[in-house]
Amino acid sequence: MRDGHIERLIQLLARLPGLGPRSARRAALHLVKRRDTLLEPLARALNAVADAVRPCSTCGNLDAVDPCGVCVDGRRDPSRICVVEEVADLWALERAGVFRGRYQVLGGTLSALDGIGPEDLNIASLIARARKPEVREIILALNATVDGQTTTHYIHDCLAACDVDVSQLAHGVPVGGELDYLDDGTIGAALKSRRRM
Amino acid sequence: MAVRIAVAASDRPFQGPVSRDSGSEGTEWLAGESPAVAVTRLNLTNYRNIRHLRLETEAKVVVLSGPNGAGKTNVLEALSFLSPGRGLRRARLADVPRRGGTGVWAVAARVRYPRGVIEIGTGVAPDQRVGERRLVRIDGQVARGTAALGRALTVNWLTPPMDRLFIDGPSPRRRFLDRLVYGFDVDHAARVSAYDRALRERSRLLRDGRSDAAWLGALEETMAACGIAVAAARRETICRLRSGMKAGVSPFPAATVAADGDVERWLDVMPAIDAEGRFRAALEAARDCDARSGGAAVGPHRTDLAVCHAGKDMPAEDCSTGEQKALLVSIVLADARLQEARLGRAPLLLFDEIVAHLDATRREALFELLIDRPAQTWITGTDRSLFDRLGSAARRFGVDDGRISASPE
Repeated sequence: MRDGHIERLIQLLARLPGLGPRSARRAALHLVKRRDTLLEPLARALNAVADAVRPCSTCGNLDAVDPCGVCVDGRRDPSRICVVEEVADLWALERAGVFRGRYQVLGGTLSALDGIGPEDLNIASLIARARKPEVREIILALNATVDGQTTTHYIHDCLAACDVDVSQLAHGVPVGGELDYLDDGTIGAALKSRRRM
Repeated sequence: MAVRIAVAASDRPFQGPVSRDSGSEGTEWLAGESPAVAVTRLNLTNYRNIRHLRLETEAKVVVLSGPNGAGKTNVLEALSFLSPGRGLRRARLADVPRRGGTGVWAVAARVRYPRGVIEIGTGVAPDQRVGERRLVRIDGQVARGTAALGRALTVNWLTPPMDRLFIDGPSPRRRFLDRLVYGFDVDHAARVSAYDRALRERSRLLRDGRSDAAWLGALEETMAACGIAVAAARRETICRLRSGMKAGVSPFPAATVAADGDVERWLDVMPAIDAEGRFRAALEAARDCDARSGGAAVGPHRTDLAVCHAGKDMPAEDCSTGEQKALLVSIVLADARLQEARLGRAPLLLFDEIVAHLDATRREALFELLIDRPAQTWITGTDRSLFDRLGSAARRFGVDDGRISASPE
């Protein structure tokens, strides 16, 4: 019979993405065995994050300050806003270090079947930002999934009344990719978005 | 020795020239010779009425005979899970495990195909959550989805409920057509499900009375893009089948096949990009009507497969039961030959109670065609003696109450 505290910990860990009941048990035991080096630092880190980190009221990014570090960074280009589904996508773009504008995190994609409508996503605030005179371009960087593309079409439609350029990330041949290995859909998308040289 | 293929290779569609380890076009397949595509070992665990089953065979034709309810179709269904989708019964995963068991079940197979040998495993693992999809492992590596299965092996089947294929409503015919498409285009399934999902989302919005034009427009955009791709792939398959079935193989009649639907007709007369625009406009125009009736009045989800007996110029539904079955056999075998000729690998065929409704001439002709095929066929029947004419090309197993035994030759 397991102790109630550990059982609770296992149940909570099992709710994390990518962890099933068995891996949750392993993780819990691992933590308990490494009290000083892992369990307590982790508990402190969790506490600190729970206390400090909040979504940015401007863009939806996660940070301990509001507005977030990206929104207040004066070196960033305020004329371009890159729209992403989740904070993880923002991090991916930041890791690549190729974009120096600002972001808008939607918090998901439209899904009528899951009951997620435009009012559940940060779309109204995006439109409000797009109306500001300093904003010139909205870059839609949603995933190339069915829901991502449906949401892209939707936002594009909503932005029609705003005086901004709307662009979308290119879909096609990945860097270092070989045509022979690509599926028909990817080749079709690459051909569709080919550009003049 | 088994040739293990790298995961990268198994993820790759088989297009372009394929070097084949054994067999080539024009090879004479003698009775008893090993087929180039075969399930040479099958293990089932807690699968429906089967607690455990293991069989090994190199035969061209595998015959499973036994009384009703013995578990013959269960074995075929297990084999159908070696391809993407819900198998030949379109089962819910919860119905597959053995009753009274833990809900865990597994199908493991060693599959020989023209490029080597792979080990395929599929089922539900002990710590899997309810409602999750079945797991697929190829050569011990977890595959990302069931679609990975279609890259190594294609499987097609005929079952007794399909005897009514030409008589019942269009959706089983559409599924039958889609399965013929998967053989050539593994990504077809993903496009069909993307289309269906967008269609369901649109129906939900219309039903809830949300007249958000931009949201509906976005979903219709997705439906148009995926729907045209689905219709184009079906059209291509139909064209291939037509060319591959000009003659028919006596005594199996040639069938003329057509995909019957608005979207397909548009593709006949205009470029795909224009058909996409037309489809999108049709969806937008039909919103009010679709809100009242549910679903969508137009789209590839309404396409039907129209089949005609070419010799008699008679719609399949007006032919006799036996002729309908012969037409189905004809289509499935033509598709198998086309896959062999174009992709260099023939599909595994599963024929459940195949000899019912076939006369003696057709029965024997079918056996000969199966022996000539470069891939394995599994057939079932209640009466073992019906398969005597298969001779040494067949390996016979008796199935009784979920247990299997090699029948004496």
